[in-house]
Amino acid sequence: MAKGILGRKVGMTQLFDESGKALSVTVIQAGPCHVLQIRTPERDGYSAVQVGFLDKPRRLARRSERGHVAKLNSKRVKNRSAAGVELPPKADCEPQRFVREFRGSAEGFTVGQKITVADLADVKAVDIAGITKGRGYSGAMKRHNFSGQRASHGVKKVHRHMGGTGALAAWRGGGRPKKGKCMPGQYGNSRVTVRNLRVARIDAENNLLMVLGAVPGPAGGMLIIQQTNKVG
Amino acid sequence: MSQLIDKVEAANLKSDLPSFAIGDTVDVHTRILEGDKERTQIFSGTVIARAGRGTRTMFTVRRIVAGEGVERKFPLHSPRIARIEVKRSGIVRRAKLYYLRDRVGKSVRLRERRAAAAD
Repeated sequence: MAKGILGRKVGMTQLFDESGKALSVTVIQAGPCHVLQIRTPERDGYSAVQVGFLDKPRRLARRSERGHVAKLNSKRVKNRSAAGVELPPKADCEPQRFVREFRGSAEGFTVGQKITVADLADVKAVDIAGITKGRGYSGAMKRHNFSGQRASHGVKKVHRHMGGTGALAAWRGGGRPKKGKCMPGQYGNSRVTVRNLRVARIDAENNLLMVLGAVPGPAGGMLIIQQTNKVG
Repeated sequence: MSQLIDKVEAANLKSDLPSFAIGDTVDVHTRILEGDKERTQIFSGTVIARAGRGTRTMFTVRRIVAGEGVERKFPLHSPRIARIEVKRSGIVRRAKLYYLRDRVGKSVRLRERRAAAAD
């Protein structure tokens, strides 16, 4: 798997570089993450590393969640180990709040291992995925950057409307909109990946990752961070 | 969460800043790179506003150059600002002195806070 970690957006601020230039950075609380499970082609049909981020109070975690991260002292576990069944390895940590998988070879990863932001020390740029802020049912101007219509010259009550949708004969013979036509609708609250965000600074002591530019979602939103797959 | 931001900013904050207030007349020494050479430029005027917090704090300095009002906004914690010198402090009753923009001549002056009065 490419180098990756889970994190939480803290917010944006401004730092100064050596030359005194101001950098706009997003501060991300990244890791430490526990490796919870290794997916193998033999068992699961694909290979991946499952990691968890942030502890969840045990009272809020389901029994299955607790059993996923640590060995339960249950009758079934006892019976199975008595019957000589080898139980899968456990990370032996608290139940995790945010669990995601990173696809790709799991080489070099073992269950229970901790991934910290220091592991990204030699990474120049990252791809960050998050859930964007929900904007509800939005018009074409906000959702697709349409220009709207004029304020005057006979425009009546349609200043923020999108205009014609299907009159051009070249598309499906006219009279019907082109497929995939941009229109008003649900905007935001969707998973978005921003690629190739440059890493500005890493603070291993406080588990903080700082990247140049904005990342999707509100402060406190969960993020999936991976070494960028952009070339060059 | 915001405590984490404060931690990040702490390294970039200047600790040796002089205390100046709105209405003060200050000299701002800025480092300017010209090719390889660095020199210091001084901008002096009245501090009319201060905005933001942490490393994002900006302050606005206004002065009259050749009969024309000139304002410059500086990031307070920028390494390019070498020094801020307080020349005199004025007595003001607002946090933003935008009303000075509508004034010319004698009415731009602010009453000076004497050292004795400050004590």
